[in-house]
Formats: sequence, structure tokens, C-alpha cells
Amino acid sequence: MAPQYNGVMNLLSTASAEREAKLSDPNVLLSFDRVTLGYGDFVVLADLSLQIKAGEVVAVMGGSGSGKTTLMRAATGQLPPQAGVVSVFGQSLTGLGGAGLQSLRQRMGVLFQHGALFTDLNVFENVAFPLREHTTLSEAALTIKVLETLDAVGLKAAAHLKLSAISGGMARRVALARAVVREPELVFYDEPFAGLDPISMGVTARLIRRLSDRLGCASVLITHDVAESFAIADTVYLVGQGALKAHGSPATLGESSDPYVRQFLDGAPDGPVAFDYPVTPDFERWAERKGVGR
Amino acid sequence: MNALAAVGRFTLEKLVVLGQVARFFGMLVVRLGIVVKRPRLVIQQVHFIGNYSLLIILVSGLFVGFVLGLQGYYTLNRYGSEEALGLLVALSLVRELGPVVTALLFAGRAGTSLTAEIGLMKAGEQLSAMEVMAVDPIRRVLVPRFLGGIIAMPILAAVFSMMGVLGGWFVGVVLIGIDTGAFWSQMQNGVDVFNDVLNGVIKSVVFGVAVTLIALFEGWQCRPTPEGVSRATTRTVVAGSLVVLGLDFVLTAIMFSH
Repeated sequence: MAPQYNGVMNLLSTASAEREAKLSDPNVLLSFDRVTLGYGDFVVLADLSLQIKAGEVVAVMGGSGSGKTTLMRAATGQLPPQAGVVSVFGQSLTGLGGAGLQSLRQRMGVLFQHGALFTDLNVFENVAFPLREHTTLSEAALTIKVLETLDAVGLKAAAHLKLSAISGGMARRVALARAVVREPELVFYDEPFAGLDPISMGVTARLIRRLSDRLGCASVLITHDVAESFAIADTVYLVGQGALKAHGSPATLGESSDPYVRQFLDGAPDGPVAFDYPVTPDFERWAERKGVGR
Repeated sequence: MNALAAVGRFTLEKLVVLGQVARFFGMLVVRLGIVVKRPRLVIQQVHFIGNYSLLIILVSGLFVGFVLGLQGYYTLNRYGSEEALGLLVALSLVRELGPVVTALLFAGRAGTSLTAEIGLMKAGEQLSAMEVMAVDPIRRVLVPRFLGGIIAMPILAAVFSMMGVLGGWFVGVVLIGIDTGAFWSQMQNGVDVFNDVLNGVIKSVVFGVAVTLIALFEGWQCRPTPEGVSRATTRTVVAGSLVVLGLDFVLTAIMFSH
């Protein structure tokens, strides 16, 4: 056998063994292994690799449209990867049937960007929904559990209110309570700080950290709020321009001199990320028809 | 040639939609088991959907009965058969007007509500939220509404027919003065439980399946924007009404052709 062939085979088997080892590590709850994500021909994120362990709070950051929510959709099995392997709780999502995916999702919690609360149910019933669907708790036990969770987000006394009677910030806290009421092992928070006042923001950030520490669950924050995320995250992944740009502890990233990291953290208008949308031939044709210059 | 291509394209598009509706229907049917596991969800929907349409059904039924009473009397009077007014009113309602008008009103009232509700749930990510909570939205949200619509429709059609008969009685007996005994006895003798009432019930169940299926499909498929939901509700009324009228012709031809 040719020596080059042997070399390639060895490399392949080493890579495969490494992947197996990653998958079999019980502490790794979510793993992306050279994953490419996109819609049709459009690639949003390419060649992305990351690992999230139990008890860890991880912030996935990036500008608007950088693919943060796409990443979460892939992790929850809503979007199959174009390439690579997404594994949750040591199990690859590729080729996983409906029942397998359902059983994995029962161990996850998701806070949606806009809350996604059920508008026909009141605050209490929204939080009780996952328990009613997946557990056989008695009504008394369910009530205690829901009120405890609402208490943790400061909304115990709002349990009876209709959703139309609560503010946007309160609705996000209800959604947060619903996401964690079953004490999931892996929780995704899509923009958890958006639309919150400074007090609620601080309380929510501390709550996420406390929940992660108490339950030992992995928390994934999809956010572009630098201050609050850096205050509670163990690891920060920075995505943009279709790839993972940097990752590390908040302290490491804070000291980074990488121009992309600096522009994002400092909110600078000039840098590798252009603020202005680029002029395209389509726009030029449209502008010509309108009789306006570039 | 362009016109021919346009006809071909239109036909293909409609066939694709028909296939999608059939697939959607299959998805609902294979999940019907929830009615055994959680009957309360279905009962709630029968209550909601029935309530949506009850008032309009009561009032419409009464006025259709009034008109049938008047029109029927003028025609029957020419032949000296005004005692048969009760029979004419009852047969018209039980065989045709009850199921058909109820289905048309149902499409406009409950059907649009269902489409808008599902569409807005989609726009508000509520269906996606259920999915990631490992709750199947088709099974949890759509199937109970589907069954609720199918069960509510014959009940509403019966209420419509009952109100229509009362309306016909009021005009014929109370206002015009037809003999009340003749009005009711002719009706009792002439209306057959199987040929007339049962066929009417079968029609209303079929219309219930069709209208509720269309309403849910439009909500499920709509673009999750205000404009998309608005277009979907309009399509529910148009498609639902046309399908009811088409099915009514087919069912009438099958049921009453002998």
C-alpha cells in the first residue's frame, strides 16, 4: 500500500476517533463539528465548530443577520445542516426521526426572540403548558411548581393576568419562566435582554447564571448585548461574515486586538464590518429608473 | 400558444395545491388519536366554534324560514295546497338550505376565525415554540379544531333547520292563518328520517370536513405577515363557499337521484 494512502487513512481515523471522543464525553451537551448552515444556496455560517458543556453559560454574539438565530435553529433540529454534524446530548441530529428529536427536545428549553407566548392562555397557563403536555403532575403539584418558577422571575402575583394585561418586558420574563419550568439540561435564550429595562436586564442576567449553576444546565445566550453577556458568560463565541470570528472567555476577548472583535465590542462605525449596505447592480438599476443618483 | 401555456400552468398550480391539501388531510387523519387521549381539547373547540356561529345561524335560520313561509304560501295557494306549507319548509331546510346555508355562514364566521387564529399563531412563532417544546402543533392545535368543526357543523345545521321551521310556522300559521294541525301533520308524514334527515346530516358532516379543512390549511400555509393572514382568510371564504356549492351538487345527485 502506498505510504501517502496510509497517511491519509491514519489522518481520517484520527479525526473520526476525535469526533467519537467528543460525542462520548457526557459533559458535552451541544457540539457543532465543522457545520455549515444556510437556506437553499445561501450559506449563513460555514465550517463552524463549537462545544458547550454542562453548567456552562455561553454567549453567541454577532451583529444583526450574522446567523445567531440560524445557529439556534440548527441546534434545536429545526434546520438541518448543509454539512457537518450537530450533536445534542451526544446524539447526532442528522437522520434522527421525529420521535428521537422529540425526546431530545424534551430535555431542552428555548426562550424565543419575541417570546412566542400563547395568546389564548393567561400567564399561569403559559408557564404550565410544558408541564401539562409532558408530565403527569397533580394539579396541586403543578400549581406549586409554576408559582415557584414565576416567583423566580418576579411575576408570582401576575399569574392570573391575561397576556394583554402585561408589558413587553413582563412577557419576556413569562417566556423565560416557561423555558426553564421543566428544568431542562440545555437552554437557549434568543435575545434574552431585548426590550428589557435596566433593572429587568440585570435581574434576568443574574437569573440565567443562577439557573445554570443550580441546575447544572448549559445555557446558550444568542445576543448582541455585550455588557450583560460578558458579565455572566463563561465563554463567548463571536460570529460574523459567515464564520466563527473569535471565541474565548470574556476577559480574553475583551483584551483582543483583532479588528473585528474590537469593532464589535467598541461599537465602532469603521472597521472590517461595513455599516452601509453595499451598492448592488440591482440598486443602481432601480436608482436609474427612479432618476436618482447613487 | 401563450394562452395554452397559461391554462397548463394554472392547472398544474391547482393540482399542486390539491396534492398539498390531500397531504395535509392525511397528516390530520393520522393524528386523530388525540380525541381518545384528550377529549377535553375537542370539546373545548366544539364549544368555541359552535359559539362563534350560533347567533348568525339562529337569526339566519329564522329569516330564511320567514321567507320560505311567504314564498311557499304564495306558490302553494295557487294549487289550493297551502296545508303542505309545513312539508315544503321542512324538506327545503332539512335536505338543502339547512346544510348549505349553514356551511356558507360557517365558512364566513368560524372558518375565517380559524384561519386567522392559526395564521397569527404562526406569525407569533407560537407553532414553532410548540415544536421545540416537543409538542406536535398539528396534533395539539389543528386536530382538535378539525374535529370541533366537523362535530359543530351538523349541530349548527340542525339549529338552523329548527329555527327555519319555526320561522315558516310563524309566517304560515300565526300571520297567514294556515291550520296548525295541517302544518305539523303534513310535515310529520312527509319527512323521512333516513331519506331526508339523515342525508341532510351526511351533507353537513361532509361540508364540515371540507370547510374546516380549508380553513386550517389556509392558516397553516399562509405567509406569517398581516397581509398573508388577510389573504388567507379571504381564500377560506371563497374556496370554502365554492367547494360547499360544488359538493352539494354532487351529493344531491348521488342521494336524491333515484
